[in-house]
Amino acid sequence: MSDLVSMTLAEARDAVRAKKISSRELTGAFVAAIEQARPLNAYITETADRALAMADAADKRIAAGTPGALEGLPLAIKDLFCTKGVRTTAASRILGDFVPPYESTVTQNLWDAGAVMLGKTNLDEFAMGSSNETSAFGPVLNPWRAQDSNQNLVPGGSSGGSSAAVAADLCLAATGTDTGGSIRQPAAVTGRVGLKPTYGRCSRFGIVAFASSLDQAGPMTKTVRDAAILLTSMASVDPKDSTSVDLAVPDYEKLLDGGIKGLRVGIPKEYRVEGAAAETDALWSKGADWLKAQGAEIVEVSLPHTKYALPTYYIVAPAEASSNLARYDGVRFGHRAKDVRDIIDLYEKSRGEGFGAEVQRRILIGTYVLSAGYYDAYYARAQKLRTLIKRDFDQAYEKCDVLLTPATPSPAFAVGAKTTDPLEMYLQDVFTVTVNLAGLPGITVPAGLTANGLPLGLQLIGKAFDEGVLLRAALALETAADFKHSPAKWWTA
Amino acid sequence: MSVDKDTVRRIARLARLSVPESRLEPMAGELNGIFQWVEMLGEVNVEGVPAMTSVVAQKLKWRADIVTDGGQADALLANAPEGADHFFVVPKVVE
Repeated sequence: MSDLVSMTLAEARDAVRAKKISSRELTGAFVAAIEQARPLNAYITETADRALAMADAADKRIAAGTPGALEGLPLAIKDLFCTKGVRTTAASRILGDFVPPYESTVTQNLWDAGAVMLGKTNLDEFAMGSSNETSAFGPVLNPWRAQDSNQNLVPGGSSGGSSAAVAADLCLAATGTDTGGSIRQPAAVTGRVGLKPTYGRCSRFGIVAFASSLDQAGPMTKTVRDAAILLTSMASVDPKDSTSVDLAVPDYEKLLDGGIKGLRVGIPKEYRVEGAAAETDALWSKGADWLKAQGAEIVEVSLPHTKYALPTYYIVAPAEASSNLARYDGVRFGHRAKDVRDIIDLYEKSRGEGFGAEVQRRILIGTYVLSAGYYDAYYARAQKLRTLIKRDFDQAYEKCDVLLTPATPSPAFAVGAKTTDPLEMYLQDVFTVTVNLAGLPGITVPAGLTANGLPLGLQLIGKAFDEGVLLRAALALETAADFKHSPAKWWTA
Repeated sequence: MSVDKDTVRRIARLARLSVPESRLEPMAGELNGIFQWVEMLGEVNVEGVPAMTSVVAQKLKWRADIVTDGGQADALLANAPEGADHFFVVPKVVE
């Protein structure tokens, strides 16, 4: 059993296709593992019956000799993707018992490829957070614990349920979404791979919107190869999303081969930030050495506006969120307050009761920066900074093909350690947020353990729509790091 | 500039968000902390820099102005907190 759930997506795909195991057996093993792992709170909704039915259908297609690319492979879906007929919460009370009457394009692509849905994973409410602690369904626990410690750590966020599920072997792989680091940061602090594709690569149709110019779906997996496999099925050109880019989707797995000889890897000096753990810096240097040893050329580059990225993000993202979240009004779906005086009172009370503290804070920030008299000082200025941040990358890419940076300022922290000061939590995304502002692809790869046994990752950033090269560099990093660690399964005791 | 209790009340109203009286003061404090940090953007010279409108170089797509879906009243109403005869029911809005 434990052998089945610890397989990579690629191994499971090959085993299922070769009929060495059935999807039913594989899916059954995950259903059992999920039941045992409920203390982690990784799933908001488990869909065991549906999963087993999907597995049986997959086994039939395999028997008929018509398997899809992900035939019979059990996946976890972040509960921000609308799934037809299955409750979708965005980890918010405001959605109540919302059951979407439609399917998101990304998940539809997965089911069309034959994948099996195990359930919907926990997240920060509306994907706003870096620790999965803002969820209305309670925090997720990181499967990892420090050596000789029973302290509960956060799994990162916002895709914390997905990162925990991948690290604890509660799915073969998971979907995430990334607006400021929400795929890469949780993957990094759980010792797994997280890929945010270029803006426009995956359709946003049917994904609960947070900040539409930054949101992007992507894979969270055990290996770089698995990320390539999953991205190939997630990505598509979608007429339902006008920002989905008209560019054929390659088979990313085929682009993994070829090595990195001659690849120019940029090291942005501004990513050496104060307050980052010494281990983070050391690992970063080691990563550069690993790539150099495989034939890459290391070049120092400068991204001068890096320090302005987080404050820019905290204007742009809340502004877009305040507008996107205006639709939750208690009228057409979701939570509606009782005993209201009039329609305005209905809106205000429903929203006040339905949104959690962090979401309310961001709606207020966004409303303020867009309001008359402040728009130019805040929002218009932030949009100009965004141009400068993107320009930094354009200039750096004249000298290099990919960038190597740390993934997070620190390893996973304790539950409750950063919930008093919102700014302290925001700083978690210092290395990831620039990538969203510039629309670029980024991937985090597990690269080592801290002295007390917690995973640390490294990030590679690519050129727009150059996921092939990015994945190849990530594979080189993964091969050199040879990270084979998994958390002890303390939750089954 | 600094956000006070009345400003929070005003933006909460604009956002159609009820914030209890007891939360106004603490919220003003939190927002001030965030806005003070954001002030650092003021030190950048943005003279002549265009505001970003699209992060990837792609023309906004055009499509034919045709009906692609419809006749889904039951599905649309399925999640309504209160509905009747294919209408959403809300408190009285006109006197």
